[in-house]
Amino acid sequence: MPEPILQTKGLEAFYGDFQALFGIDFEIHEGETIAIIGSNGAGKSTFLRSITGMLKTQGQDIQFLGKPVGGATAHSLVKQGLAMVPEGRKLFPSLTVEENLMIGAYGRSGSDWTLETIYDLFPILKERRHHGGTELSGGQQQMVAIGRGLMSNPKLLLCDEISLGLAPIIIKDIYEAVPKIKATGATMIVVEQDINQALAVADRVYCFQEGRVSLTGTPTTLTKDEISAAYFGLEAEGAQ
Amino acid sequence: MDWINAIVQGILLGGLYALFAAGLSLMFGVMRFVNIAHGDFIVMAAYGALLAVTFTGVHPLLSMIVVVPGLALMGYFGQRILLNRTLGDDILPPLLVTFGFSIIIQNVLLEVFSADSQKLQAGALETASIQIAEGLNIGLMPLLIFLSALGVIGGLQAFFYRTSLGRVLRATSDDQDTVRLMGADNAKIFGYATAIASAVVGIAGVYLAMRTNFDPSVGPARLLFAFEAVIIGGLGNLWGTLAGGIILGVAQTIGAQIDPGLQILAGHIAFLIVLVVKPQGLFPKMKG
Ligand SMILES: Nc1ncnc2c1ncn2[C@@H]1O[C@H](COP(=O)(O)OP(=O)(O)O)[C@@H](O)[C@H]1O
Ligand SMILES: [Mg+2]
Repeated sequence: MPEPILQTKGLEAFYGDFQALFGIDFEIHEGETIAIIGSNGAGKSTFLRSITGMLKTQGQDIQFLGKPVGGATAHSLVKQGLAMVPEGRKLFPSLTVEENLMIGAYGRSGSDWTLETIYDLFPILKERRHHGGTELSGGQQQMVAIGRGLMSNPKLLLCDEISLGLAPIIIKDIYEAVPKIKATGATMIVVEQDINQALAVADRVYCFQEGRVSLTGTPTTLTKDEISAAYFGLEAEGAQ
Repeated sequence: MDWINAIVQGILLGGLYALFAAGLSLMFGVMRFVNIAHGDFIVMAAYGALLAVTFTGVHPLLSMIVVVPGLALMGYFGQRILLNRTLGDDILPPLLVTFGFSIIIQNVLLEVFSADSQKLQAGALETASIQIAEGLNIGLMPLLIFLSALGVIGGLQAFFYRTSLGRVLRATSDDQDTVRLMGADNAKIFGYATAIASAVVGIAGVYLAMRTNFDPSVGPARLLFAFEAVIIGGLGNLWGTLAGGIILGVAQTIGAQIDPGLQILAGHIAFLIVLVVKPQGLFPKMKG
């Protein structure tokens, strides 16, 4: 097997004195889609924030595209091909939809995605392109956030709870974009609290619990019982 | 006619105040921090112009050629080397550091240039005026300053809304953390913001030196006018800042028309009224 596109070994994260991650071993290969599941507070967002450099990772063992990137700054990682759709979307309220998309290209590393290809992916955004970024419905805002992430031409795209707070029919619309994004060659990590959604899109799943990986496997081999044990912590000890 | 004259002169004076205020407004907008030494930087730029004119003998307006880029460079490096270190969750350190700057600048200027009042002679420009009507003259210099303010604010506005860097500066103003995910380096972006603000300070300083007497101690009063113009207009809105400058200027000239001793007080009263009636300022920040 070729080198993983991203790999962490024994990754730890702290908020002051509070330890949020306790030694995460993780890897993802080119073309793969990985879902990270886990209950609220399990450390999923903290993990994404660590690998994007939003949290300090000095001296930690993180490899991205074969290079050690522990301690790298968030902005330099964007230029190396890492993009994130952050939890809660975090659109810029003073910017229009189109400007929110364009700013995604500020630190771009290639030139595959353009405004036009984003509008092909989410046609509704073209109609709304002159609206304020935060004036749209929740689902449309999420499309902007995903488009903004894609505009940097990421080799690896991280999506943090893109279905949070959205109606099922809208979640379906958004997830329809995933295969199209994958078709362009991007590798994806999606964080989801919705287990079924996660199993539906992922090639492989990591389940987090209280800052540790409690289970990994492919959707076809994992059983419901294993997952709920790893997810909710029922008989969690030994689940790995 | 006296009253109309007072209003017209006030509008023109407002241009100068808007130039004082634009840099302050910009730095607050992008970095959420108030530079207490802003007025002293304006005075420093005025002394820079004085030096340039003394050594080369050029017309004061031409001193901008060195003063503006000089200030921009100082702003960029000052931000990167010093001020960036003071920014964080706590708003106190940048206030304290720039307060310290204010005192240092005033004392250095005092040491080097003495407390004597200075003014740059602008030659024919100073006395030239255009007669609009009987008893209503517009001085060429105030007009030039007002048009410069329009140009500066229009230019900044175009820069913020039409360029990629301008867009990033606006996004930084919304959310400094998330712009990092767009590939923007906060430290650099802040440096650019201060460089641009300082270039405007340079322009303001040269006009200050041409229009009024100045000495090392007049900075804090310029900060106050700038601050009032920004608050009246609404934080983070540059056209609002221009409007704020004009309102302040008109209030002052009307006050002076009632009684010459009332000029400064009338400006402060206008500011207080706006603050009480519309604490967000008259033109709060616009969306997209
Ligand atoms: N900014 C923060 N400061 C302190 N603790 C935090 C912060 N963000 C998250 N935490 C804590 O870290 C743990 C993991 O949080 P998070 O990564 O957001 O979980 P998840 O995304 O899986 O819901 C939780 O206990 C949470 O309370
Ligand atoms: Mg989370």
